[in-house]
Amino acid sequence: MHAADGDIRDAYRDYSAWLTDQSIDRLRQKHEQADLLFRRLGITFTVYGEDEGGERLIPFDVIPRILSADEWSILERGAIQRVDALNAFLHDIYHDQEIIRAGVVPAELVMTNEAFQPQMLGLDMPKQVYAHVSGVDAVRVDDKTFYVLEDNVRTPSGVSYMLENRETMMRLFPDLFAQSVVAPVDRYPEYLLRSLQAVAPAGVDDPTVVLMTPGQYNSAYFEHAFLAMEMGIELVEGRDLFVDSGSIFMRTTEGPKRVDVIYRRVDDGFLDPLAYNPDSALGVPGILSVVRSGRVTVCNAMGTGVADDKAMYVYVPDMIRFYLGEEPVLQNVPTYSCRKPDDLKYVLDNISELVVKEVHGSGGYGMLVGPKATKAQCDEFKKLLKAEPDNYIAQPTLALSTCPTLVEEGIAPRHVDLRPYVLSGEKTRVMPGGLTRVALKAGSLVVNSSQGGGTKDTWVLEAPGEISETD
Amino acid sequence: MLSSTADNLFWMARYMERSENTARLLTGLYHMSLLPARRGAQAGLWEGLFQSEDEREAFLAKYDGFRTDPVLTYMVLDRDNPSSIRSCVWSARENVRATRHVLTTDMWETINSTWLDIAHVTYGDMLDMGHHDFLEWIKVRSHLFRGVAHGTMRRGDAFEFWRMGVFIERAENTIRLLAARAHTFKPSGPAQRADTATLDYYQWGTLLRSVNAYKAYREIYKSQIDLRRVVELLTLNPEIPRSVMACVEEIYEILEGLRPRSRSFEHANDLLTRLQSARIDRIYRTGMARFLEDYRSGLHELSLQIQKDFLMIQ
Repeated sequence: MHAADGDIRDAYRDYSAWLTDQSIDRLRQKHEQADLLFRRLGITFTVYGEDEGGERLIPFDVIPRILSADEWSILERGAIQRVDALNAFLHDIYHDQEIIRAGVVPAELVMTNEAFQPQMLGLDMPKQVYAHVSGVDAVRVDDKTFYVLEDNVRTPSGVSYMLENRETMMRLFPDLFAQSVVAPVDRYPEYLLRSLQAVAPAGVDDPTVVLMTPGQYNSAYFEHAFLAMEMGIELVEGRDLFVDSGSIFMRTTEGPKRVDVIYRRVDDGFLDPLAYNPDSALGVPGILSVVRSGRVTVCNAMGTGVADDKAMYVYVPDMIRFYLGEEPVLQNVPTYSCRKPDDLKYVLDNISELVVKEVHGSGGYGMLVGPKATKAQCDEFKKLLKAEPDNYIAQPTLALSTCPTLVEEGIAPRHVDLRPYVLSGEKTRVMPGGLTRVALKAGSLVVNSSQGGGTKDTWVLEAPGEISETD
Repeated sequence: MLSSTADNLFWMARYMERSENTARLLTGLYHMSLLPARRGAQAGLWEGLFQSEDEREAFLAKYDGFRTDPVLTYMVLDRDNPSSIRSCVWSARENVRATRHVLTTDMWETINSTWLDIAHVTYGDMLDMGHHDFLEWIKVRSHLFRGVAHGTMRRGDAFEFWRMGVFIERAENTIRLLAARAHTFKPSGPAQRADTATLDYYQWGTLLRSVNAYKAYREIYKSQIDLRRVVELLTLNPEIPRSVMACVEEIYEILEGLRPRSRSFEHANDLLTRLQSARIDRIYRTGMARFLEDYRSGLHELSLQIQKDFLMIQ
């Protein structure tokens, strides 16, 4: 909330004045109200391995994270640029592989990547889009600099929190919205549907779009149902779909109906039990052959994961230069690839100041936060690094920005990151907002909900006279 | 609409309706259990709920006798009993959760808050609140859900499959309610002794009240309660919302609108005709128990046929 010189940032000026007038008790009361709302709406995630009680809330903080129009415009441009480059990269590696031939990205990083799908080679995606929905996780380190922590181009989730957090804030604090100029985010489902319709197979006029979920016991089921409802499309599971004469159909009360676009929230490995995991009950046998023949568009495309793993992350700025001929707007966190001997040496020598992560890990597991670790933990990680250097990257700990947050002891600063959602297909666009995750433990940098993270509403203030929504 | 979605809606409706019906049934029995016991008439009151040997065994495996407390615990709150009210609300809620994208937010919030309210209720809580009030609360939550559905749902296939579930469950329930007392139907029996007549009055009065038909009975027949008339009212009278006739008429119309050329519709047509041509005196002569049993299996077949024609079964 505060700038480097200790002043309150412009974006927070009005809010801060309002906050000063609020009693902690009133805020706590609003906080409880929010919990109740979320529970009643069923905005819960399922905790695996528990029975009917296994539905939890992700902690929600009633103090918003606020970005000025200027700050946002940097993020917006940067996120669009990044996703455009990633889509160009995905098209390239599944076609001519020019970036490999130019020596910019090492061939083995692509070809031996577990997420690389040889079945996608030579297949033309409508509009050359692979990642239709992307999440770019970013943190701000100073006034004008955002670092990207990671790209998410497989099946990024969390967008329902962006929408419901806003909805909840508007219910709790209508007065605040009446006096601020917070850019609305509620058209996201409409834009999502338009992106999905835009990538229907050639020759299909009024495409049937469905959302495919692993089912109601998946942890993100609420989001799947929510988006299907908001878009007015069917929410299907694998068992609702079947392949017949080269197309995909769904079983309806009026008989089979052809499906043209599948927004899937099922991982690659579970999509087609014939091609991948024969035990998967989540997929549709034979769907891959229909994808190959171009009779159905699966969004995000299969095999996008090759673009967002931590080993590829290092090369994204180069991709931007290579495909777009531009300089990156958003910075990468300086990253040491332990597969490079020089970097490995640096990491081993400076481990107590670095964050070490597994290349394929996610959810904040399998990482070492050097400054917080004991000597024994550091030594343990050094052994791991020496044994399997390819498996690790390291980054300096960042002076992450903080945001005031309601905690036990009152209002205190906590570290935040931000995931804006980028839609591609029609044109590349970002909703003005996103999912702000907050580390609720003092000093903690880990914002994952599985490790004690919470969420906040994200406000992007509109510049006076500006309408940020464009068609 | 997806077949699986229609299936979820159909079952959501059935479970919600079932929770209400169980609450109604238990309210009636509870009131009867409070009547002064006469000549052993109280014995077997709760036991009568358990019509099959399997049901009896399932109950006796966990509880020590057919008394008010254990039976109510089992029928209302027991999570191992798939037909307990709590289990029905849970199943209804899970079916709503699976289809919430075709339902209104208000419907979801209604069923979800009902579930959240009942999830942690203990028998002690029920005693504190009073059996009558608690069961009444269940009924009101079901009324609320139905009202919200009627007031907010788009008139389309989803709405129709929900209604179909409601009326099939309700028709089956009314038949079950009557069949449970079928053994007391004696064709043209001798004049009853005064005390059994009194008991009958309470039994049948309670039954009528449990389906909100007591006043209607008084208005229509203006006479003392007579078995034959009770059965006529609850099976053949289309004006009583919980009568079999009223339910089958609705089912007929729903199927006519959904797919008049289906086997389901033929089946419903047949069931409706059977009721329309039935006369209570003839039913009484040929045996009420048999009539009810035949009709119950007819409804069950219709339910199976609907699943074949529209739902997941291929």
